[in-house]
Amino acid sequence: MIKRDIVIVGAGPAGLAAAAAAYDAGVKDILLIERDGKKGGILKQCIHPGFGLHRFGCELTGPEYAERYIREVEARGIETLTNTFVINVSKDKVVTYQNGDGIFSVQAKAVILAMGCRERPRGALNIPGTRPSGIFSAGTAQRLINIEGYMPGKSVVILGSGDIGLIMARRLTLEGAKVHAVCEIMPYSGGLTRNIEQCLNDFGIPLLLSHTVTKIHGDKRLTGVTVSKVDEQRVPIEGTEIYFDCDTLLLSVGLIPENELTEKAGVVMDRVTGGASVDAERQTSVDGIFACGNVLHVHDLVDFVSAEAELAGQSAAEYVKNSSYAKRPAVKVEAGDGIRYTVPQTVHPGDTAEIYFRFSDVSRSVTVTAYADGVEKAKKKVPRAAPGEMQKIKLTVPENCEHVRIGMSK
Amino acid sequence: MTERKYTCIICPQGCEITVTLDGKDIVKVEGNTCKRGEAYVTEELTAPKRTLTTTVMTLSGRPVPVRTVGTVPKEKLFDCMKEINAVKAKDGVRHGDVIIEDVAGTGVSVVATADDV
Repeated sequence: MIKRDIVIVGAGPAGLAAAAAAYDAGVKDILLIERDGKKGGILKQCIHPGFGLHRFGCELTGPEYAERYIREVEARGIETLTNTFVINVSKDKVVTYQNGDGIFSVQAKAVILAMGCRERPRGALNIPGTRPSGIFSAGTAQRLINIEGYMPGKSVVILGSGDIGLIMARRLTLEGAKVHAVCEIMPYSGGLTRNIEQCLNDFGIPLLLSHTVTKIHGDKRLTGVTVSKVDEQRVPIEGTEIYFDCDTLLLSVGLIPENELTEKAGVVMDRVTGGASVDAERQTSVDGIFACGNVLHVHDLVDFVSAEAELAGQSAAEYVKNSSYAKRPAVKVEAGDGIRYTVPQTVHPGDTAEIYFRFSDVSRSVTVTAYADGVEKAKKKVPRAAPGEMQKIKLTVPENCEHVRIGMSK
Repeated sequence: MTERKYTCIICPQGCEITVTLDGKDIVKVEGNTCKRGEAYVTEELTAPKRTLTTTVMTLSGRPVPVRTVGTVPKEKLFDCMKEINAVKAKDGVRHGDVIIEDVAGTGVSVVATADDV
């Protein structure tokens, strides 16, 4: 069997940054595997600006951001297999992949999972009505326009106000389509506020909060959608129906970390994030298997993906170089009041830990506190808490700590 | 005195900025957490500008991503789109290549943000 020090699954922003960081940490024998024909992942189709403010101090488009990392990987001569699909990762780190040359297995010393995420499809929503063409996930429409060069439709309704939905409302409008409305079932948008401003308000596109699509019309092609207001339990309210004549419905209704391989490897998962449960080094419950980027938890900024991937890359390199690398004692981080989840899920006593988290709900001027065994260790004021905007808090975990909790108070 | 509210689009933080105006004069800017916020609302009040990103087709019909180098007046976005959609880039265009020198009379150029193929 072929043997490699580190095998990385996925050459999107996470895989690229992890590869360069692992190399710089002293492990040169790295294999990067990508199912698409090119490196760069989803950034290739995200042609809008807004990437890299934290990382590079300037606003880059997706392709520009990706190119910086692709150059880093190529300058190091890291081998990349494209058009190659990983079909299994085993607990003992045998990675099996398939491409035009056949099916191969590689024994890795460490594996970094960087598969990213995929979009929730229509089937997950149970929208009543017919099944015509003209219904796309927002990312599919983005790929059609920006990579393939096709317009998916002329008259559009968008369900879901996550960033991809907002970005696509602007993109379609610029290309001459009429975007009637963006509907959001929640009473607040899941996207960045600046995207509501520059993608919707700039073009006069209405954002209908607490509204959802309740019926799909059309035989071969979509002819319209019915949109209804929902109550606090997100149940459509009768009599509030609005009919939109349209030929296209875009769904931007959430992203799902793509963890089939992770689960096959027997990694312990976090039910809330949909990704692996990891320690501060981004190591999963299986020794030598690391995870980073959107496969671990869905990020809103690629800058944070790169930072997390570099950490995973360095950790994997450390694991390979140090034969006595053993998992250090770890204590659980609890997502307390008002906090939906944390990453990492465990931290090491004695370390200074940086914990990323998301709020469960929208609220104003809140205080986030990190406790170690019930004692306050760090505090942070957040003027506007929103589930769509990931936050972090840093704390020093005491030597004999048994439990860390992150909680929010108003 | 009048008050106007803005959401800053300069960075992902999206500060909510309140501007107090006396006629056309800015009396007070509140809610921004950095200097760029103040510059943003000042520009929004007088001449709002945006960076435009889109694609241009190559002669062989492949879209290549492009951007304006800097910002263009907001009301010119659709004029810029019209001009960009009317041109074809040469095959094999490279990241950084200028596609249009002065788009829609804005004095701003349009460049490719990735290599073709």
